[in-house]
Amino acid sequence: MRVQRWTRTSKLFTSATVAIAILLASVPLLLEADLVQKLTNLLILVLLAAMWNALAGYGGLVSIGQQAFIGIGAYGTVFFAGLGFSPYLAMVIAMLVAGVISIPISFLALRLRAAQFAIGMWVIAEVASILVRLDQNLGAGTGISLIQLNQYAPNFRQAFTFWLALGFTVIFLAALFFLLRSPLGVSLQAIRDDEDAARSLGVHVAARKRLLFVLAGFGCGAAGVLIGANTLFIEPGSIFSVQWSAYMIFMVLVGGLGTFEGPILGAILLFGIQTTFTQGGPWYLVGLGATAALFALVLPQGIWGTVEERLGLRLLPVGYRVVEMKSEESTA
Amino acid sequence: MTFVNAVVQGIFLGAFYAVLACGLSIMFGVMRIINLAHGDIAVLGAYIAYVIVQGTGMSPFVAFVVALPVMIVLGYILQLTVLERSLKAGILTPLLATFGLSIVIQNLLLLRFSPDVRSLGGNAGAVTTSSWQITNGLSVSALGIVILVVALLVFGALQLFLSRTRAGWRMRATAEDADAAELVGIDSRGVYARATALAVAIAALGGLFLAIRSVFDPLSGPTQLIFAFEAVVIGGMGSLWGTLLGGLALGVAQTLGAHINPEYSALSGHLLFLAVLVVRYGGFRVSLRTAR
Amino acid sequence: MTLLRAEDLDCRYGLLQAVRGVSFEVTQGETVALIGANGAGKTTLLRAIAGAHKPHSGRVVFDSADVTSLPAHRRVSLGIALVPEGRRLFPSLTVEENLRVASSGQGRWNVPSVLEVFPLLQPRRHMAAGNLSGGEQQAVAIGRALMSNPRLLLLDEVSLGLAPIVVDAVYRSLAGIISEGTTVLLVEQDLARALQVAGRVICMLEGRIVLEGEAASLDRDQVVSAYFGLKRPA
Repeated sequence: MRVQRWTRTSKLFTSATVAIAILLASVPLLLEADLVQKLTNLLILVLLAAMWNALAGYGGLVSIGQQAFIGIGAYGTVFFAGLGFSPYLAMVIAMLVAGVISIPISFLALRLRAAQFAIGMWVIAEVASILVRLDQNLGAGTGISLIQLNQYAPNFRQAFTFWLALGFTVIFLAALFFLLRSPLGVSLQAIRDDEDAARSLGVHVAARKRLLFVLAGFGCGAAGVLIGANTLFIEPGSIFSVQWSAYMIFMVLVGGLGTFEGPILGAILLFGIQTTFTQGGPWYLVGLGATAALFALVLPQGIWGTVEERLGLRLLPVGYRVVEMKSEESTA
Repeated sequence: MTFVNAVVQGIFLGAFYAVLACGLSIMFGVMRIINLAHGDIAVLGAYIAYVIVQGTGMSPFVAFVVALPVMIVLGYILQLTVLERSLKAGILTPLLATFGLSIVIQNLLLLRFSPDVRSLGGNAGAVTTSSWQITNGLSVSALGIVILVVALLVFGALQLFLSRTRAGWRMRATAEDADAAELVGIDSRGVYARATALAVAIAALGGLFLAIRSVFDPLSGPTQLIFAFEAVVIGGMGSLWGTLLGGLALGVAQTLGAHINPEYSALSGHLLFLAVLVVRYGGFRVSLRTAR
Repeated sequence: MTLLRAEDLDCRYGLLQAVRGVSFEVTQGETVALIGANGAGKTTLLRAIAGAHKPHSGRVVFDSADVTSLPAHRRVSLGIALVPEGRRLFPSLTVEENLRVASSGQGRWNVPSVLEVFPLLQPRRHMAAGNLSGGEQQAVAIGRALMSNPRLLLLDEVSLGLAPIVVDAVYRSLAGIISEGTTVLLVEQDLARALQVAGRVICMLEGRIVLEGEAASLDRDQVVSAYFGLKRPA
């Protein structure tokens, strides 16, 4: 037997992924602004799903408050653009600020157990929302637009936003990918399976969780930045809404909690559902909620998790496989 | 004087929060589950009472009594379909499943009733409107007194149930060690179902009070859940009387905040909640211990 | 008459097999001691009989009725009661509440009669069970099982963690209970006590029964080699 990282399938797929990324980069040059905006939304969903999965799937942390960082990212952009920074620079700064803010928050949040952590994060999001509402400079309760983006022609704006989205998504996915392949990644798996056992083996559980939490802080901040840039108008009610958490939970549960590819699948699914049911509305949300609950109860590994288990398939080489060697190959 | 008034109003508000929080506390105490759909269940109760009142013209309090059996049955269904499975599955599952349920309830309500706010304040009669002026800056409303008295009765009745009745002992036994409880003849499934039914019924009572003292709409659930949860945490998770005190503390924090600036109401409650978390879990605990 | 029969029981924890193909019988009125090293499967076997552990395969037959799929709380009303390993009292309930929560209603055993057998509990009647000493907790645990008026009393390691003098007292009370005719199946680490109190002995090793016989007729060497698996082929 030998231990293997790359299978033929995963080698194929990883090269395909790189090709897809390059192809995606040319999207703004090929498609009209309308479609580009939609695809930007898809990238935002992928990013959100990947980040929520990083927290819950790899860290065992169920947060219903990631919208705090989404909102901080969006309002941060408005704030820094208002200070005179060029809009896209403001976006990057806002993303960084959101991530940095997550560090002190982590010192309180990570001490909380399951439900307290979940709702505690929600309360933090509510506090952020209220603080924004109290600030007239940020548009208070009615909202504010990113007027500085008007200096760009719509096509260019959409293209830049798309490229920024692609850039963020690739960076965060890559960060997560390399994180999981590292020794850190294995210890994360151990933490997820049995935290106390992992701790007794010397794994620094708290530090690992903090890393995931802060990564998600940066990532959700990036998503918030992109949402603001993509829709141009933000208001506290929707950007800090717990609805974002609902979407993240749906994507990850249905796609596959704890797998790398699952959240991406979930994002594509949600994107498909959103484009089909453009009126949105309550029925579509009932469906989302019921599906998420059903998956939690009946199919906790999600679609990709089940596929992976049944077929032994792994498209991206995140884990290890033990392979039976053919007799000619063995040296025994 | 108005400061004292703020505190008094805070106590009345807090009694309301305590009733909302009671059911959440029961479910956590017995099953270690935080039901994220708790607020929505309270709102559902409000809507059921509303429908009965609109249809029959009876007083909301009477309508509640009629709605109660419906809520209890819903509680049993909830336990047997969603919660029982969640219990066996793991720590994340109940949170995720009840969160999904919350979305479902909110949007089903939205489909059946419009997003308009409603209230039962107008139907409750003199209770909603009477108040007594005690002094220049202090007034006490009849509704506030009613809710406070009901809250004390509910918590008192629960206390008696848990400490004096065999069914109450069985519930405590199951809460402490479900496996050992089974071994002495206690049907833990039945106990859990009863706990959920009880929690749902009291949540509906909270919904009734929400409808009478204020307005509600299909999306009011999450706000009630947050306040209920904050009350439970402030008072200490797993403590019944702690939940009452936590509710009162939350109410007073909110009214004192509003006293400074009406927009600070909910924020003050959140800050109190976060402060309690910091003190309880923030590592200050360590230094308090070594200081002994 | 046969009160309890275990037929080819196989109990697992995931992939770990704790009980492998165990079959035995207990006659009404008997006292049987189940002995064996740690990890031999004794606790799992008792829990399977009581209904707290679902067997992978095999049957548990109690008084000619197949109870294998019956949940634990239903078996209690049929007459099976387990005093679990580690006592497992309800800490915030008082001694009296711990007893009364398990009460079956009628029968020879009730709060007064239990307190008669364990007089040390009388002054502790209204104390929270979590504040009792080990010996007192063991007494309450046994009393709690008795409150359901069982026909078959299962005892899992009642001497664990207790001082010898306390264990003596517990076993004296146990002797009284046994003399009233209750069928007892007990797990005991202390070989001497097991052989003293039981009529029949069953020895388990790694999930299987390796020795069974009348306590009086077994010699110590036989028991020791079965206990440690000394005569097995390497």
